[in-house]
Amino acid sequence: MGELIDYRLQVNGLEHEVSQAWLGENLLFVLRERLGLPGSKNACEQGECGSCSVLMDGTLVCSCMVLAASAVGADIVTVEGLSAGEHELSDVQAAFLAEGAVQCGFCTPGLIVSVHDLLEHNPDPTELEVREAISGNLCRCTGYGRILEAVRAAQEARQG
Amino acid sequence: MSVFVPVSLEDAFESLDRYPDAQLLAGGTDFMVEISFAHRRPSAVVCLRRVAELAGWRLEGAEVVLGAGITYSELMGPQLSGLLPGLAQAARTVGSPQIRNAGTLGGNLGTASPAGDTLPVLAALDATVVVASRQGRRSVGLDELVVGPKRTSLGPGEVIVEIRLPAALGSQEFLKVGTRNAMVIAVANVALVVDWAGHSVRCALGSVGPAAIRAREAEQFMTSRIDWTSRSVAGEPLAVAEFAALVRAAARPIDDHRSTADYRRHAVGVCAQRAIERILADERQGASGRGAWAS
Amino acid sequence: MSTVLGVRRGRLGESAARPDGVPKVRGQFAFSSDLFAEGMLWGHLVRSPHPAATITGIDVSEALRISGVRAVITSEDVPGLKTYGLDDPDQPVFAWDVVRYMGEPVAAVAADHPETARRAAGAIAVGYEPTEPLVDPETAAEADPIHPHGNVLYRQRIRRGDPGATGAVVVEGRYETGMQDQAFMGPESGLAIPAEDGGVDLYIATQWLHIDQAQVAACLALPLDKVRLHLAGVGGAFGAREDLSMQVQICLLALRTGRPVKMIYSREESFFGHVHRHPSVMWFRHHAESDGRLVKVEARLILDGGAYLSSSMAVVGNAAAFAGGPYRVPNAVVDAMAVRTNNPPCGAMRGFGAVQACFAYEAQMDKLAAALGLDPVELRLANAIRSGDSLITGQILHGAAPVAEVIRTCAAAPLPAGHPVTSAELALPGGAGRTADRHRVRRGVGFAVGVKNLMYSGGFDDSSTARCRLEDGVATITCAAVEVGQGFVTLAQQITRDVLGVDEVILAPPGTTGIGSAGSTSASRQTWMSGGAVEAACRAVRGRLLASVADRRGVPLEILDLVEGRVVSLGREVDLAVADAAPGEVLEETVEFHHAPTARLDADGQGDAHVSFAFAAHRAVVDVDIELGLVRVVEITTSQDVGRVLNPVQVVGQVEGGIAQGVGLAVMEEIVLDHGRVRNPSFTDYIIPTALDMPTVHIAALIEEPEPGAPMGAKGVGEPPTISSTAAVVAAIRAATGLELPRAPVRPQDIALAGARPAPGPAPE
Repeated sequence: MGELIDYRLQVNGLEHEVSQAWLGENLLFVLRERLGLPGSKNACEQGECGSCSVLMDGTLVCSCMVLAASAVGADIVTVEGLSAGEHELSDVQAAFLAEGAVQCGFCTPGLIVSVHDLLEHNPDPTELEVREAISGNLCRCTGYGRILEAVRAAQEARQG
Repeated sequence: MSVFVPVSLEDAFESLDRYPDAQLLAGGTDFMVEISFAHRRPSAVVCLRRVAELAGWRLEGAEVVLGAGITYSELMGPQLSGLLPGLAQAARTVGSPQIRNAGTLGGNLGTASPAGDTLPVLAALDATVVVASRQGRRSVGLDELVVGPKRTSLGPGEVIVEIRLPAALGSQEFLKVGTRNAMVIAVANVALVVDWAGHSVRCALGSVGPAAIRAREAEQFMTSRIDWTSRSVAGEPLAVAEFAALVRAAARPIDDHRSTADYRRHAVGVCAQRAIERILADERQGASGRGAWAS
Repeated sequence: MSTVLGVRRGRLGESAARPDGVPKVRGQFAFSSDLFAEGMLWGHLVRSPHPAATITGIDVSEALRISGVRAVITSEDVPGLKTYGLDDPDQPVFAWDVVRYMGEPVAAVAADHPETARRAAGAIAVGYEPTEPLVDPETAAEADPIHPHGNVLYRQRIRRGDPGATGAVVVEGRYETGMQDQAFMGPESGLAIPAEDGGVDLYIATQWLHIDQAQVAACLALPLDKVRLHLAGVGGAFGAREDLSMQVQICLLALRTGRPVKMIYSREESFFGHVHRHPSVMWFRHHAESDGRLVKVEARLILDGGAYLSSSMAVVGNAAAFAGGPYRVPNAVVDAMAVRTNNPPCGAMRGFGAVQACFAYEAQMDKLAAALGLDPVELRLANAIRSGDSLITGQILHGAAPVAEVIRTCAAAPLPAGHPVTSAELALPGGAGRTADRHRVRRGVGFAVGVKNLMYSGGFDDSSTARCRLEDGVATITCAAVEVGQGFVTLAQQITRDVLGVDEVILAPPGTTGIGSAGSTSASRQTWMSGGAVEAACRAVRGRLLASVADRRGVPLEILDLVEGRVVSLGREVDLAVADAAPGEVLEETVEFHHAPTARLDADGQGDAHVSFAFAAHRAVVDVDIELGLVRVVEITTSQDVGRVLNPVQVVGQVEGGIAQGVGLAVMEEIVLDHGRVRNPSFTDYIIPTALDMPTVHIAALIEEPEPGAPMGAKGVGEPPTISSTAAVVAAIRAATGLELPRAPVRPQDIALAGARPAPGPAPE
């Protein structure tokens, strides 16, 4: 299968060892299958759905598009790293629940990360700006209506 | 497969020396699809993400020099969108926020897809692409670099390092036709530049040929019809219709699963017409903003 | 910026929180693709690249030589029935002599690493002699059979009233709908674990556990009690998981290797790995009086069922039964047929035949309105079916049928403010592509109404089983009903809380062991069937609880009641919390819930084949860039007949999500085929609406006219939003462009090059 290597990745504030991994693995695969972080999802592995969205050095990217071995040295944050603790939810997560924005939930982790990124950079987005910000996250269940409500709720709570 | 993550061009060249067949990896938005979807297994990958010389941009006189590693998101930033408005418009149509954060201009060039959204803009701006290797640097025009669908003239050991473009040149428009409002491969795209100072019109078409096409006859025609003093066109409706017809004639589209040749040809004509109409209308309204530094 | 996890309770009628919501937002919910077992291997299927071919040989030797490969299997290794199918087992687990569609499985591999499995699958040498694929549904019935069971999958004939009846006005048209894909986000995946008893435990994302079990057991030649299915987290379904995907193959690999085997389809493979919505070619002719009253509908419909039967029979039955629409049509001559071709197999997708018929009959209604000079909404109102009227199958609607109110409320809602001239750039057709000239964008409004049956039909004795167990104030519900995202899990808790007054309701993980079938999560049936089963089981336990208290307290049962979580007597002599009312007792009741019987349609398609019906109307507003043919769906307003709203936010979620799929079929979604080959098996080119494509959805009214016979009075809500939303969007585009647009999805060239379009083809034979 080719060369197997070891390297370290910084994820959610912790350093993780990756051992004997095939070089061609993308970050999504490594997070899910090697680092015990299955929160990021694989719905297309082509950068077309956003379900694998993570933050890399504070920037929203598709983890399936990142060659894991090249992410050494980057500060990676996944959905698992967004809530403050085991019994806590981030305000965005709570808003998704409160507004009924979760159905099957497969797109949800990627959306949570995208919305966190959006509100971090643009605390008071218009509806169109929200739509554009989440245009890289496909959802098949909700039609985005409740998701937009959840973003609005989180946005208003942060300002209020 | 071996992966190298150099932090300097020198390091990159060294890796490329060892593995002349190595694939270059920038933002990964095209390359990783080849790995995951098309199951390509190159023997070596040189990741350019951390190469210092490829990052950032600078102004050199009347030229903007973009590092090949510049991302679509960076191209949409406030300063660059003022200096390179057509390119910023194109960048905004690429993929999604996730893709725009990772994908690079150098990558769009290296992939050389016929539908690459920045390529018509680079063609219309007569971009100079700087390619470097251990042997030194060479500057090429877009049509020398992109030689066919997904084919470049890059040789082993060569890396695209810079793209040089005129700063704030005239009025610029970019239009992209897609069947969805985000994450869509262009069915047709058009870049138009009206260089008021240089008295020329440049029009490049994408997704209607193996590479971006400069619609030379259309350009010459409109160049000759613009009154450069008043920045207007007498008999504008007929002139823009003729312009559109010449643009259509320059297109060499194909039928594929995304669209038909007939539609693509029609679409570039409509887009070219609208682009020139907009630029002329802006001039009539004395709009500043775009092309504020127009000379 | 964090909130401590609160605990929210909710009764029926409230927007109760979903019990799986917290794990889902945290990324901790275990979807089938998240499963893990110690020592597990990875499976991979080998699929035919040809839509039609003879298999000349399969050489697995090279694959077996690859280090890390543990097993390679083909049809020879299937010990039991080598085929499966929902209605007729006509579909091979592995093709052995011929392949009948591009992507048909031929072999499977298990290996240590998914990459190894993939490479090994590539190393299996299958010899193919491609043959000419049968791909034209209009000639398939007469063509040489491509399967021993023939090329006609099913015919549904409907004859009602006087076939020779005529009306003052006649309109006709030929219509087509393309092949839509369910495109759920969670790709097919499962984990099979071999058991010590020689059986297997299968963790799978599916829509109906027990029907999977039956088919898998038959293929594995194992008794049912040795094939145990457990529901894994499902990432959406919309009909695509009704048929088996990898279930038999991974069980076989697990039994062969003695190790757990996991398989996950890539997105590309997923496009090949499940059935799609039947493409249709339809010809309709309507006769009406000059005042608009419908006299007769004539229709011929051909649905392309692709290579295997799947659920084509019921899809065709539906398409035919609803060819008259939600209208009074005294005379009907309808012939619908599903045919077998070498195109990808088609089966269930949300809407199930009613979508295709609605696209045609609503286009016809608009044509009729134009021909008569009547307002399209008024025409529909004049013909709208009511309780006591019958469908073209002769079935009288005894249930709630507030079609007029659905139409009126939807039509009366104010149109959205705004106009393309003042729209934000991103909100114009073409979006960030900035193609639109806002002064040349035209706005159009379209209206459509649809009907869908709820539950299964045609005499099928459908049921669902649920068990309620009450111990010390904690209720546990066991039911095999599959949660695919729709919110059944929430509803089950709400029902239990409502009936028993308890707060804590535990849902046992759904599986086939120890509980009977809950039927399929489809056909808008689970609220009625499994909700009904849960309610009945809870009521039975409630009765037992009261009886137990009556017995212990020596009071007559009649004076006891269960109110607000307490067992109380009229004078409050008895006043016990449910948790304390039967100390040490375990009260458990299992109920198998059946709906009222239905009948098969007779030779003329007449009969009381359906349990219940639901209706919805949609009004779409679109902006169209005529010259480029780009469409922006601005807003969709809807009214829907729901019986009773049991969970408001979940109902809204179904309405909005269903409309999104309707929008997709209207303007962008189609599996593109070329001689049986799929040209766009990826999210790059099979495009579904993003947040920038989806319009605002305005719910004008959810009409709550309780459905007699429905548990809790509630109708299923999942499918009606998809039935007429496509028709409404295309009607709006017609209004904006003046074009006939007889095909969905509407492509830019259909609008932009309309002058050069060839005339529509002949009616299907």
